[in-house]
Amino acid sequence: MTEFLQQVLNGLSLGAIYALIALGYTMVYGVLRFINFAHSDVFMVGAFIGYYVGEHLPAGTVWGGLVVLAAAMAGCAVLGILIERLVYRPLRGGPTLNVLITAIGMSLFLEYSGQLVFGATPRAFPSIFPSKVISVHGLIISMNQVIVILVASVLMVALELTVYRTKIGTAMRAVALNPKAAQLVGINIDVVISFTFGLGSMLAAAGGVLYALNYPSIDPLMGVVPGLKAFVAAVLGGVGNIPGAALGALILGMVETFVDGSRFSTYKDAIAFAILIGILLFRPAGLLGRFATEKV
Amino acid sequence: MPKPLIALVAAILLASGVSHFSGHIDPYYLDVVTGVGINVILAVSLNLVNGYTGQFSLGHAGFMSVGAYLSAAVTLLLGQKLFGEAGGTELQQGLLFLAALVVGGLGSAAAGLAVGIPSLRLKGDYLALVTLGFGEIIRVTFQNVESLGGALGLNGIPNYTTVFWVYSVAALAVFTVVCLVRSTYGRGFLATHDDEIASEAVGLDTTRYKIVAFVVGAFFAGVAGGLYGHFKLTITPTGFDFTKSIEIVVMVILGGMGNTPGVILAAILLTVLPEVLRSVDEYRMVLYSLLLIVLMLVRPKGLFNFDYARIFARLRGGRAPGN
Amino acid sequence: MSLPILELDKVTIRFGGLTAVDALDLTVQEGDLVGLIGPNGAGKTTVFNLVAGVYQPTSGSVRSGGVDLVGRRVNEVVEAGIARTFQNIRLFKSLSVFDNVRVACNLHRTTSAVQALVRMGGYHADEAAITRRVDELLELFHLVKYRDWPATTLPYGEQRRLEIVRCLATQPKLLLLDEPAAGMNPSEKDELMALIKRIHSEFRLSILLVEHSMKVVMGVCQRVAVLDYGEKIAEGTPAEIQRDPKVIEAYLGEPHEKGFAHH
Ligand SMILES: Nc1ncnc2c1ncn2[C@@H]1O[C@H](COP(=O)(O)OP(=O)(O)OP(=O)(O)O)[C@@H](O)[C@H]1O
Ligand SMILES: [Mg+2]
Repeated sequence: MTEFLQQVLNGLSLGAIYALIALGYTMVYGVLRFINFAHSDVFMVGAFIGYYVGEHLPAGTVWGGLVVLAAAMAGCAVLGILIERLVYRPLRGGPTLNVLITAIGMSLFLEYSGQLVFGATPRAFPSIFPSKVISVHGLIISMNQVIVILVASVLMVALELTVYRTKIGTAMRAVALNPKAAQLVGINIDVVISFTFGLGSMLAAAGGVLYALNYPSIDPLMGVVPGLKAFVAAVLGGVGNIPGAALGALILGMVETFVDGSRFSTYKDAIAFAILIGILLFRPAGLLGRFATEKV
Repeated sequence: MPKPLIALVAAILLASGVSHFSGHIDPYYLDVVTGVGINVILAVSLNLVNGYTGQFSLGHAGFMSVGAYLSAAVTLLLGQKLFGEAGGTELQQGLLFLAALVVGGLGSAAAGLAVGIPSLRLKGDYLALVTLGFGEIIRVTFQNVESLGGALGLNGIPNYTTVFWVYSVAALAVFTVVCLVRSTYGRGFLATHDDEIASEAVGLDTTRYKIVAFVVGAFFAGVAGGLYGHFKLTITPTGFDFTKSIEIVVMVILGGMGNTPGVILAAILLTVLPEVLRSVDEYRMVLYSLLLIVLMLVRPKGLFNFDYARIFARLRGGRAPGN
Repeated sequence: MSLPILELDKVTIRFGGLTAVDALDLTVQEGDLVGLIGPNGAGKTTVFNLVAGVYQPTSGSVRSGGVDLVGRRVNEVVEAGIARTFQNIRLFKSLSVFDNVRVACNLHRTTSAVQALVRMGGYHADEAAITRRVDELLELFHLVKYRDWPATTLPYGEQRRLEIVRCLATQPKLLLLDEPAAGMNPSEKDELMALIKRIHSEFRLSILLVEHSMKVVMGVCQRVAVLDYGEKIAEGTPAEIQRDPKVIEAYLGEPHEKGFAHH
């Protein structure tokens, strides 16, 4: 029983990180209908910003950790908005293949210029939050896990409030539903898209810092695998669907953790891929998504 | 005999002629020439998928590795059994190599079918991701299979790849793609690329076209992998990672998607250029990624693709057709 | 009498809360030239998409010659002899005018893909026959002079014509035309009417025509059905339709430049 609870806890914290990344994929897909491949590398940049800021702060304090999070989120918001403004926007309305190729190019550019700037060797991430491990009836709860779950929950609630309770959030949903109509009622589409990229990148940055805390080494290619998995989570929940992304991420985090703890642990990394193929075959709209028939 | 077939036979004869005199060529240049040929096969076959049919695959290196491992397994295992230590005659070796390449190609094509069927029914973005994931899975699998050398890979693969083999396969790849695409049947690949709904509305089975393109592409990637293995003599799982796939994708995009001569030129250029610019090797991927972005922004049809519509209009007397 | 070439039986489709087509009954007999009209958003294009297999009906059945078409894929409907044009022209932009028509001949190819690859086993004869057929069609519809132009560089009216020719290359029994006169000037419309009549008689085709131009609809159709908010509100000869108070109200209720009352 304790072991089961332990796995649930581990799965929850892994799923929370996937969720933070998956939300960015899903929001961008919602408004622009394309997969922002570079998203997983914004996640990586977030971790690196966290690393550099964290080095200059006293380790192991709550306020220090929060400053690191805030800095990474701010930096990545700017990065996300810049990428959209400089690279994706000129291609908007063009062939989808071109946008896809550009996104892949952007992703590679961040990864390999990251290798030039940061170096390719992994480095240890500082423990920016107080690290403590408590044991309750044999259940081992690390402070980092608690922080991951807490921060992710707070951010997701904040996102929910932004999307459903603010003017810009409403505009975002309008653009996702029907960009032309949204423009007709006076919504500035450019602003909404910039905002979406900023928001998604902020969440990815938080995900990057939290991920680095729990798997304490970072390198410029660190985003690839979690990025791929978070995308699978988004597809699982229904791409473009915000609660779906969170749900898909939790499921994926749980499944991976339980597979990891079983005798099939060598297949842990293949699970996400198997889920993706299964979903594409049997329920391409995802768990919570509805398939919109393309207008012809 | 039909003209394209004559060209194919001529190319193969030429390749065997050059191969015959390869003893007189500086081994370094011979290596570059072989590398160019393998990349031409890879780029031309990927062009059928990513260019003509408009389905974006990022898994070409994965298919290449399937072919490399399978054909190396054939020559290593069967070669020992059939020829013993003597090594067999040249003809025996040639036949064995041919069989190995065919097995590699077919195995890779089967993998292409298995990956293509679930993902090709959906939109292009998904295919890109699934093929990317597939490449990673393949790599991890090879790393974990001890009988295939695990992370160390396979060593001591016989040195069978010659200019003859490489350029014969390259000629066959070009022949296949060009003949397919020019036929009435093959115009369907381009139609699928342009507009899937309209294609279906004129009776084309677009899913089938996509799968055919994917399987043919995977087949040639597999054969290229076999050639690569018997050229490098060692293969490791990491030799076929994502960056290799990207390299081939860049060749296709630089040459111009759906433009075979351009893609061949780009394959040559991108194989020779890194040889010349060895000093900037660490910048290679950064350059490739920038190249992708800049090309899409300023010249999405590739470096070697020309605006035929405009040229056409000029030929017709200055008036641009349409608007 | 033989089975109708198209028979819609209580066909309904909903998109979320919107019922775009509501329990529609519609029959086209072999050789008919039927018009389908209605204000913007009435559901006309949706009817085409339902027949063509692009959308699947929420309920009801679509049959052709007694064969159920529901659940068939778009290309299978074409194989069954029903071809359609698109309201927003959808030509293949990387193909020439000639190739746009040629690619539509694939349904009636006699040689396989493998034969295309090795260029043997009747391949050349088959290609020659296809080329001849395409050239005949282009000739017949005055598109020969554009033969090697990239299709989307054609003047607008010619693009519409090319789309119709592309349909004909699939050798359909029933042709669905979605607003072929859209964007045409009066003299182009006259030409189009002549063209439709000619296809109807020379190719012995049945035609279902969606069109906002009343001049065209009244000029060529033998029978007209009127849709409003997805429901059929009237059906009859052009003369009957023009007098029908429900039809007039449907159009007057929604003033529109292309509307009925203006013609
Ligand atoms: N795929 C879809 N998803 C949601 N709504 C749709 C879809 N296709 C059509 N509709 C809706 O169905 C209704 C009927 O549309 P349709 O295009 O059939 O009208 P129409 O009669 O062809 O109009 P028009 O004369 O403007 O072409 C419209 O309200 C349209 O928005
Ligand atoms: Mg319409």
